[in-house]
Order: sequence, then C-alpha cells, then structure tokens
Amino acid sequence: MTNGLLGIEELQRKEIETILERARFFQPPPNETFRRSDTLKGRSVVNLFFEPSTRTRVSFEIAARRLGAEVSSIQAQASSVSKGESLVDTLNTLVAMRPDAIIMRHSASGAPHFLSRYLQKPIINAGDGTHEHPTQALLDARTILDHLGRLDGLRVAIIGDIVHSRVARSNIYLLSKFGVDIVLCGPAQLVPADLARIAPGVRIEYNMQKAIRDADVIMMLRVQLERQHEPPMPAGEYFRFYGLSNDHVKLARKGAIVMHPGPINRGREISSEVADSQSSVILNQVENGVAVRMAVLERILA
Amino acid sequence: MKRLILKNGRVIDPASKVDTVADVLVEDGVILGVAPNLSSSGAEVFDASGLIVAPGFIDMHVHLREPGFEHAETIESGARAAAAGGFTAVCCMPNTKPVNDSATVTSYIVDRARRDAAVRVFPIGAITKGSNGEELAAIASMKAAGVVAISDDGRPVMNARVMRRAMETAKALDLPLINHCEDLHLSSGGDMHEGVQSIRLGLRGIPSASEDVMVARDILLAELTGCRYHVAHLSAKRSLAMVAYARSKGLTVTCEVTPHHFAVSDTQIRPYDANYRMKPPLRGDDDVEAMLGGIADGTVDALATDHAPHPGDEKMQEFEKCPFGILGLETAIGLTLDRLVHPGRISLHRMIELYTTGPARILSLDLGSLAPGRPADITVISESAEWVYDVNRSPSKSRNSPFDGVEFRGGPVATIVNGLIVWQKD
Repeated sequence: MTNGLLGIEELQRKEIETILERARFFQPPPNETFRRSDTLKGRSVVNLFFEPSTRTRVSFEIAARRLGAEVSSIQAQASSVSKGESLVDTLNTLVAMRPDAIIMRHSASGAPHFLSRYLQKPIINAGDGTHEHPTQALLDARTILDHLGRLDGLRVAIIGDIVHSRVARSNIYLLSKFGVDIVLCGPAQLVPADLARIAPGVRIEYNMQKAIRDADVIMMLRVQLERQHEPPMPAGEYFRFYGLSNDHVKLARKGAIVMHPGPINRGREISSEVADSQSSVILNQVENGVAVRMAVLERILA
Repeated sequence: MKRLILKNGRVIDPASKVDTVADVLVEDGVILGVAPNLSSSGAEVFDASGLIVAPGFIDMHVHLREPGFEHAETIESGARAAAAGGFTAVCCMPNTKPVNDSATVTSYIVDRARRDAAVRVFPIGAITKGSNGEELAAIASMKAAGVVAISDDGRPVMNARVMRRAMETAKALDLPLINHCEDLHLSSGGDMHEGVQSIRLGLRGIPSASEDVMVARDILLAELTGCRYHVAHLSAKRSLAMVAYARSKGLTVTCEVTPHHFAVSDTQIRPYDANYRMKPPLRGDDDVEAMLGGIADGTVDALATDHAPHPGDEKMQEFEKCPFGILGLETAIGLTLDRLVHPGRISLHRMIELYTTGPARILSLDLGSLAPGRPADITVISESAEWVYDVNRSPSKSRNSPFDGVEFRGGPVATIVNGLIVWQKD
C-alpha cells in the first residue's frame, strides 16, 4: 500500500480487512452526520479525472476534506489533455505542483499502473478502463459486512456487463479472497467463459433465475453502452432476460440485499420497484464510499 | 586483392554439411576455402578460436521505416542494428510511406541500401496498391527492380478473391507470397492475446482464431494456385499444425517464428508495458511450447525478428494507444541460444539452419553457405560469452525492446559482409 492503491488483485486479505475495519471507524456515529479528523492536515491531494464522474470524484473530495487534507479536482477533458498533451506530460506537470497523492480515473485499462512506474507519488486508482475500481469493491464489501455480518461462505450473484466492468473485476478479486461463492451472469458476449478462471470460486450462469437462486447478495451492474462496440442483444431483450425485478429477488435467500454501483438505469438493468425496495442498499453503498475512501487515504498518506 | 582469414573457429555450415574446427579464407568478398591450417600470408587475421563461424545470418522480416518514418529507423541505422545482431542480410517489409508498391520505391530502397547499409538489404514488395487490400500492386515491375517476395505485412489482404489473384501472380513470377495472418474482423480493437490474462487485465483480446482462420484460408488458396506461400511471424499452435498438414500434402507452404513468440508468453508480460505489445500478440504458454516444438521438429522453416522500431514517445502512452511491434535484431541470437540451444531442444547446427539455409531457400537467395566461390557473408558467434543487452546503446533509432537489461549467455561476436568486418563486439 505504500505506493498507493492500484487494484484489489494484488492486495492481501489481511490488508483488506484492516481497511474495512478502519472504514467502520469512519462511519458516522449515531445521531451525527459524519466523523472528522485532522490526520491529513497540511497534505494535498489531486483528483484527476479523465472520464466524467460525479459520485466517485465527490466521494473522494469529501473523504479527503474530512481528514483535513486540501483537495483539488481536475476534470481532464477541460484541461490540457484536450489540447493534445500526453498522459505522461500531464502527470509530470501535476507532480511539479507537489501533491502528496494523485487520485486518478482514466478510460484506458492500466493507465495508472503505467504511470506509477514513472512517478514517485502514490496513485489511487479511481477506476481504470475495464480493469479495476478498487475503492468500489472495498465499499461494497463494507456494505455487505454491515448488512450480513460476514463475507466468508456467502453467495454473491454479479449480473450484467461483466467483461467491460471494472467494478465486477475488483469485486471478484476481493470476494474471492474471502471464500465467497461468486456467480457471474449476463449475455454470453458480456460474460466470456475465461472470466471463470480469473479467481477461485467463480462460476458462470447464463440463466438469471438460476444465478440468483439462494444468493445472499445480488450485485447489479450498469449497462455500459459507451464500452459496448457491438450490442449483445436487441435493446428490448436486455431487460427481459437480465433486468432485475421483484420476481427475481424472491428467488434469493431470505434477507438478501441488492446492490448497484450506480448510476442506475431504471428499467434497463433494474426495475424501480427493486431499486426503491427494502432489500436495496444502494444508498448505503454511496454512504460507505466516503468512509472507505477516508480509510484508504489515511493508510496511504498518514 | 583483400584477404581475411578466420583462424581456428568451429565452422558450422549446414549447407555444405560441415562442422569442424578450421580456418575460413576470404578473398575479395568471396569464400576461397574452408580447411585447417590455411596460409594466412597477406591476410587480415581474425582469431576465431573458441568461437563459432557460420554463414551470414539472414533476417527475412524487418521494418526499416525508410522512406517515410525516418524518425523511427533508417536503412542505415536498421542495417547497423542488423550487423550488431549478427545479421548479414535483412528483408524489409513494404509498409513504408509511400508503401513499397512500385518499382520506383523498390529502386529507392535498393539505392539507399547500396549507399548506406552495412548489410545486404532485400526489399519485399506490397501485394496490393498502398497495401489496402484491393488492387494488385505493380508486382512484376517490383520484381524486376529487386523485390524478393511480396507481402502486405501488417495489413493482411482480407478479400479472398484478391488473395487468390495475388497468389496466381506470385506463382507466375516465381515469387514467394508472405502473409501476416490476421482476420481483421476477429482481431478488431484487440490489445493482447485473448485469454485469461486479457480478461484479468481488462484489455481487449486478439483471439488465436484470428490468425488460424487466415492461415486456413491461405493454405486452401495456395493449393488452388500452386503458389509458394509463407506465413509470417506464426504464433498460434493451430496455425502451426495447419502448416505441418499442408506440407504433408506436398504444398510449398513455409513459416517463420519470431524470437519473442518462442521466448515469452502472455503470462510473462509486464502488464500495460507497450514493449510487450505487438502483432501477433504474445500468445499462451501452450502456444509458446508449440513454437519451440515446431522449431525443433522442422515444421518451422526460419526464425525472423519482425524488428519493428517505434520512437519512445509513441510507446510511452496508455497501452491501448501504443503502436504494435518491438525491436528484435540484436537479441535474436541470444534468445535462440537461451531458449532453444542451451536447454538442448535444438543443436547449434539447427539454429544456424533456421537463420541461413532456411530463409535462403524460402526466398531463393544465393546466400547462406560457406562453400568456396560463395559470397563471404559470415556470422561469428560465441556460445558462452555473457553479456547484457543495453538498448540505449543500440544503433537502432528506437528503444522499444522488452529485453533491455536482460543477461544473455552467448551471442554474436562479429559480422562479416562481402569479406569485410562490418561489426565486431567490443
């Protein structure tokens, strides 16, 4: 972790547990809106987003401020990148301004990994292409723990566009380290067979009813139209076969929770009735985002 | 009258079935004789004791980038890199700017090479105009100007009908046709070999099938037309099996493998490092094993580097944006010794065949032999001297090698072209 946080795959289970435990400390105490600390007072963090994002960027900003750090956010489309500056030059320019860490989102898989070989500054990956989104997996794990009390032995169904999903990859790597039974489900082109071999405990099921049966957690993914170069099936068919409705939720284990990294597309991958139901923990995920990112920033910078 | 004698080397010349400690005497660019204790009077003496003296190595697949991309490589710099890698001859692919699709461009390359190049340079002409896969290039005129084969390397002919016509033309002109086998629809958008690794890294896959389907198509067309057909940089195990099958049916189908495709698999790449980005991509462990097997059992006819220089700033980008290809000339012999000869998978004799008689036969070149009267192109190799590849000292204008800093046991020691020492290890 000394060099930042690029992905979940290379983390040890112990490290993950430490972050999740610390994140619990940063959750707001009862009757308070948030917890504050000044462990990062005088430190500065740059949020560098090469892809549009609201929730992740704001979540990191709030997390950094609550720890007392200064934070500046750069939306890269509006900066020199659109003037043809290379990624390396953009980062070198930023580093010259001496931030203590760089939080980065980029549309190319591996962009932060590539940069980390040439930069001394720690980089926190806030999502790289179709590869990883480590803080999302951490906040998802925190949310599951809050609701179900454990990870070991659970069954988690991840449904949707898995191949293009960095959220799915980070979650698969994380949950697999905790002995979770992971079922991936979606249209064939979006769930290639090799996915079952990227981590232990993963299997693939193309039928949504079968995938959800006895699941403790139903994790829906956003349909990423911007990354799909060829539509996997006619638009109208997607919701019919892979959209989550109340009938599906009934197949899951009693007390199962429904998760979604957001932003949700109501009626495309999830019905409103499910999104707004008791089993939905979507807003808890957002809330935990801040606590988990505080834990990550503190670990890297304090 | 200029004489050179290489004393007491182990002379291995597969073409003449020679493997003996002897002297090699050269006069005016021609081999005069190979025998022990030849008189060295009046000759420059090269002490080859403890070294291997072989016919000059031929790299039948390089990119010299001139004309058009001189910031990446020139005929002059590429030829010096070839000499430093132990190669006395290279064949340059036509994807220059303009594309080598006419006698004018061919003649330009031939003239430049005559003036600037330390080693022999044989141009390969385009199959189609501009290598855009539609209309055949001026193949007969290019042959008259000096091309030794035709290929649309990097931009494979997708239209089977055009390929058929090209093969008919190649057959009539007795030119080999070399194809970079990649079905562009199947490989479209791909970053690396498709498999668990590409899925893990979130990169788009280039399936082996994109190579296999084109090899299959081309073999059928080679049978239809009777053309001498050669698969460039073969990398996939099923493609290799199909080449073996075609040959068992008596077809003149040959193939080459690059050192990086027999040396590195997709599980060994440094993730997101563009020096591991090339086409075809580094394949799976089983493909690498199949390449090693095919090289040993004779299915593979030649080793070739696909030396593909790209300047540093083009390779210092997001992985998906970087161009494909890596340098290869200076590390070829080291990698071949390391992965094939030292582990005992092939003999030195076989290694030398793969870089001499192998390519010479495919391209009908009057090279690759130390028989008296033949051109004095000689590669001197050490089987055991340890050295480290430092890409920053390469004569190439580019630096895109994944083998920078790698320690090798054995490699080229001297390169002799036309009886002149054009490179010697310091």
